[in-house]
Amino acid sequence: MNKPGKDVEKRERIVNRIARELRDGFYVNLGIGMPTLIGNHVPPGMEVILQSENGMLGIGPYPIEGQEDSDLINAGKETVSEMAGTSYFSSADSFAMIRGGHVDLSVLGAMEVDEEGNLANWMIPGKMVKGMGGAMDLVAGARRVVVAMEHTTREGAPKILKKCTLPLTGIKVVDTIVTEMAYIRVTERGLVLEEVAPGLTAEDVQRATDARLVVSESLKVMES
Amino acid sequence: MNKVVANADEAIRDVGDGSVIMLGGFGLCGIPENLIRALVRKGSKNLTTISNNAGVDGLGVGLLLAAGQLRRHIGTYVGENKMLESMVLTGKIQLDLVPQGTFSERIRAAGAGIPAFFTPTGVGTMVAEGKETRDFDGRPYVMERALPADFAFVKAWKGDRMGNLVYRKTARNFNPMMATAAKVTIAEVEQLVEVGELDGDSIHTPSVYVKRIFQGELYEKRIEKRTVRRASR
Repeated sequence: MNKPGKDVEKRERIVNRIARELRDGFYVNLGIGMPTLIGNHVPPGMEVILQSENGMLGIGPYPIEGQEDSDLINAGKETVSEMAGTSYFSSADSFAMIRGGHVDLSVLGAMEVDEEGNLANWMIPGKMVKGMGGAMDLVAGARRVVVAMEHTTREGAPKILKKCTLPLTGIKVVDTIVTEMAYIRVTERGLVLEEVAPGLTAEDVQRATDARLVVSESLKVMES
Repeated sequence: MNKVVANADEAIRDVGDGSVIMLGGFGLCGIPENLIRALVRKGSKNLTTISNNAGVDGLGVGLLLAAGQLRRHIGTYVGENKMLESMVLTGKIQLDLVPQGTFSERIRAAGAGIPAFFTPTGVGTMVAEGKETRDFDGRPYVMERALPADFAFVKAWKGDRMGNLVYRKTARNFNPMMATAAKVTIAEVEQLVEVGELDGDSIHTPSVYVKRIFQGELYEKRIEKRTVRRASR
């Protein structure tokens, strides 16, 4: 089974790889959990503005102890700080911004992704439904959607499938999948394997994947 | 014109059984604490609440749940409330989940005289089932209806006696739309000021939307997830 140390290592590889997708001037929405960590890995000298769907542009780091403000939280309900240039707005404005295609990049987790770029990440039938929050709007509206997730379930079952089995969050919405094993792009030709983690082959990644992977002619080793 | 009421109990005097009530707030941030406590004291039953979250066990909308006052809840994420989970699973309450952007836009539409709108959110998913879909410029959209209420309970940082409101930081969230979407909007504020003290260019909710206003008290403003860094970093 997975050891906690191993999980941290996996998460770091995923987070570091996605951080390399950031560009100067990007407005980015980071999902709750692992995607939030990407905010700590913005390359030096690059200005990236983080959007929080509860009505904020310009999320800063966690506040210095003693400076927490109950009126200042991110979408994960964590206390945060503001940057110079931060703005606040209503939830309707926030989602107009998201749905209207003004957010360059949305990074979020997934339970399942499939060959068509369909995404399931909000509900397991028969279990308690917690709600989709803003995920459906983010995947429908952001210019680019990157999924950050572990390649398989804790039991080792594939999460990248031919066809999602769980209720969907959105259809044909995912652009890129980044796991601890691979960097995969969703294309008209299907899922193109562009990078593999150091020490792995394309066959290793395919074995952990239910969907058929098209191996890129310029297959690279994932840098982190 | 006098919109100022003495306290939360007076403000909700006519909230009857079966009312549909919107409550501002994201998590516990920007929730109308005084109005929720008053509603528990009043004991109105069979209520429908429209609020992004359902509070936590023992705070926010969670207090209304615990008191057995709710028949139905409409929101977007209820993961923080364990009591709601058991009440949904045992059929004691109806729960309607709506994507957050659709939720906020349905409320905005209700206040803006728009009966329905088309959105790309949720196309091809469970939330679009049974709803009209239509293609615009080659892309499919689903039709969503406006979401109005009998009462809106909103929380602002400052308000004046006329009902103009100013929110603070991310405590704004759903409060401005909700203030527009109910037959009766009741605002509780941390600071009630005289007319003229607020800068007209900085008002978030203009007075026309607010029917009653009062200064709240005993704000707990509990933090759900206290995350900090060390000063040295």
